[in-house]
Amino acid sequence: MKVLEVKQLTKTFGKVQALDGVDLAVNKGEVYGFIGPNGAGKSTTIRILLGLLKPTSGFARLFGKDAWEDAVAIHKRIAYVPGDVNLWPNLTGGEVIDLFLKMRGVRVDQSRKARLMEQFDFDPTKKCRTYSKGNRQKVALIAAFAADADLYILDEPTSGLDPLMERVFQQCVYEAKKKGSSVLLSSHILSEVERLCDRVAIIRQGEIIESGSLASLRHLTRIQLTIATKEVVPDLDSQPGVHDFKIENQHYVFQVDADQLDEMVRYVSQYGVVNLESAPPTLEDLFMRHYQGSTSGGGGQ
Amino acid sequence: MANQPNYQTGLIFRFLFKREVVKLLVWIVPIVAMTVTIALAFNGLYETQEERQALAETMENPAMKALVGQGYGLDNYTDGAMLAHQMLLMTAVVVAIMSMLLIVRLTRADEEDGQLEMLRALPMGRLAQTNAALFVLVITNIVLMLITAISLTALGMDSIDWAGSLLYGSVLGTTGLFFGAITLLAAQLSDNTRGTMMLGYLVLGLSYMIRSIGDSGNELLSWFSPLGILLGSEVYVNNYWWPILVIVLLAIIIIALALYLQQIRDVGAGLLPQRSGRKAASPMLQSQIGLALRLLRTSLIAWIIGMMLIGISYGSVLGDLEAFLGESEAIMEIIGASGDMSITEQFISVLLKIMAIFSTIPALVVFVRLKSEEKKGRLEHLLAKPVSRKKILGTYLGLSFLTSIVMMLAGIIALAGIGVTVMDVDISFNTLVEAQLVYLPAVWILIGFAAALYGWCYKWSRFIWLYLLFSFLTVYLGDLLDLPAFILGLSPYYHIPELPTDQLSWVVMVVATGMALLLSFLGFLGFQRRDIET
Repeated sequence: MKVLEVKQLTKTFGKVQALDGVDLAVNKGEVYGFIGPNGAGKSTTIRILLGLLKPTSGFARLFGKDAWEDAVAIHKRIAYVPGDVNLWPNLTGGEVIDLFLKMRGVRVDQSRKARLMEQFDFDPTKKCRTYSKGNRQKVALIAAFAADADLYILDEPTSGLDPLMERVFQQCVYEAKKKGSSVLLSSHILSEVERLCDRVAIIRQGEIIESGSLASLRHLTRIQLTIATKEVVPDLDSQPGVHDFKIENQHYVFQVDADQLDEMVRYVSQYGVVNLESAPPTLEDLFMRHYQGSTSGGGGQ
Repeated sequence: MANQPNYQTGLIFRFLFKREVVKLLVWIVPIVAMTVTIALAFNGLYETQEERQALAETMENPAMKALVGQGYGLDNYTDGAMLAHQMLLMTAVVVAIMSMLLIVRLTRADEEDGQLEMLRALPMGRLAQTNAALFVLVITNIVLMLITAISLTALGMDSIDWAGSLLYGSVLGTTGLFFGAITLLAAQLSDNTRGTMMLGYLVLGLSYMIRSIGDSGNELLSWFSPLGILLGSEVYVNNYWWPILVIVLLAIIIIALALYLQQIRDVGAGLLPQRSGRKAASPMLQSQIGLALRLLRTSLIAWIIGMMLIGISYGSVLGDLEAFLGESEAIMEIIGASGDMSITEQFISVLLKIMAIFSTIPALVVFVRLKSEEKKGRLEHLLAKPVSRKKILGTYLGLSFLTSIVMMLAGIIALAGIGVTVMDVDISFNTLVEAQLVYLPAVWILIGFAAALYGWCYKWSRFIWLYLLFSFLTVYLGDLLDLPAFILGLSPYYHIPELPTDQLSWVVMVVATGMALLLSFLGFLGFQRRDIET
């Protein structure tokens, strides 16, 4: 069942095309990663999902309802954490958390709220003006996770948190998932996305350029190989799918396209392999490949 | 070379000065322009000694003394004496606010924003920024003093001579220096910008109040207020310089104390203990209205007090009008006097129009808050919750309408309450209140206009202040400049019948209220369909 569905979404600000036909779908109980460089359109997409911006064309539906028309009904079932949390300087953190929870109109589990404050090591008695970026983010995170939601929309929620707090956050996401909630997580921290997400979408210049499960995306990428053989392998650098070839300490070091791996191993094994190390592609490799594509090869488009 | 607290002061000074120079000119030029304009206006309005003496008599009541200070030189009320007596205190308060904002910007605000931290990490003395801020303060006030003195002397009026004008400028500059010093001290005590400003305003407010009470009754008390001491210079009459010396000395002592405290405290910290706030929200806060009221609480309270003070001061002069105004042709022209009504009644109708415009300001302040909430990115927190746009706009719009009623009542009750006890003319309390409240539909049109602007052209929301200013000018100068009716008619206040002179017209009331509602409705329509800004 789809909790969130976005089809051919476009948004223009004056002459600037911010989104150009974005498609997204998040299923129930799924943690969905949304990654892309700065200015790619992540926050614009999220603000359309929240009914803050009106799409130029295409549609965005949450729980089968239109994000713009039925904003209020949708918002009863979601919790949102922005990346840049702006708060009222003369209210305390505790006051803001209560205010947010009250406005969500959900039943608040006081012990859960207290537990979250303790886990996040958060002092609710200070005025918001005295909070650091990380502490302001904690306000939004505690208000989001202190009550259940069917969908959590998190826009770079951990950009100001320390690694210890990041772990608390990941725990919150696990627990939400266990209860059957869905999560849309936009993030720059790729290790976090890798650890938490079932599926990801990569957005660049307002277009989704890749989406699917992490396993399926890995097929599209390259694997790092380090190989030593008894005999010299002829023409290794000109075999199909081989990239960045070099020889270090009598080892062949290169990358190979995932779909050419089988061919490559067959070819090399004829020459007596004595050592073979392979490193799986990280999301970062994947991301970097697309990202670099936009700076070097993007000029022709 | 172990510790060089002043290292790099010069460099920082040049940096701060470049940053501030335009802002300071935006303050200094209008202050001087206002002073000069008023001096010229007095000269034009009161041409003969008799007219001036008639004015001097109206200065003899306690309310006027509380407002502008002890009268002096009243037996020979020259243009100079009139200017210094009626304008010096008000202008000094403005200069004080300018200096307070300057110091807080350059010290505590930079510290709170973390800019000072970055500078202090460079090879820079511990006091360099504070010293540099003080230099900017001193230079600003000296420049203000000299420009004021030169401009006033240049008018070439008999009673406004160089000696007096230099002292006039010095009183202004010294006030700026003193309250700048106070703010610097406050910046050491409080650890945030808001707290620093509050402490500064508290001292300024107390100085004004102590002087008010002293001047209207117990004269000894006035000497405990720096403003009271400075007014003791009796500019253009006796030209005493000793008050300047006393206040400059006091300022130096305060600055020395502030610099000492700055040296011994941590960056980012204040010396007053931090109060811890509420752990949870009170039930009051947990609603749309509760939040809006909480955000606007301080300014609403300040405005209610302000409206009452304006009401009291206007009310207290109503008694002397008949005797005095009849002799001033200029004022007769401003109020467009005609034969069959008493002067007081005609004056009241202009006064009520101005009071109505004053009470529009807080109502618009309430509504415009919504725009700044949106701009500061806080509105999206609420809109991301099940809170509709209709409800948010409705909350601020409703509060704004309510504010207009409360403010108008606060002003008119104070005015009428005092007025009926001092007036010779027979006008009842109820008549006055009624004559004021008929202006509500005009105020509502401005609120509705603000809502329509907010809904459709967010970026032009500020235009509403221009419209208000325009309306004010048509009331204030309309008759004097003989403006044609169609220009006057652009102001909604123009169409409201002036009670008790005119008849109450229900048609106008209903049409105006209808227009306000229509504009508000347009606001809703626009806001429902536009993007939320960040």
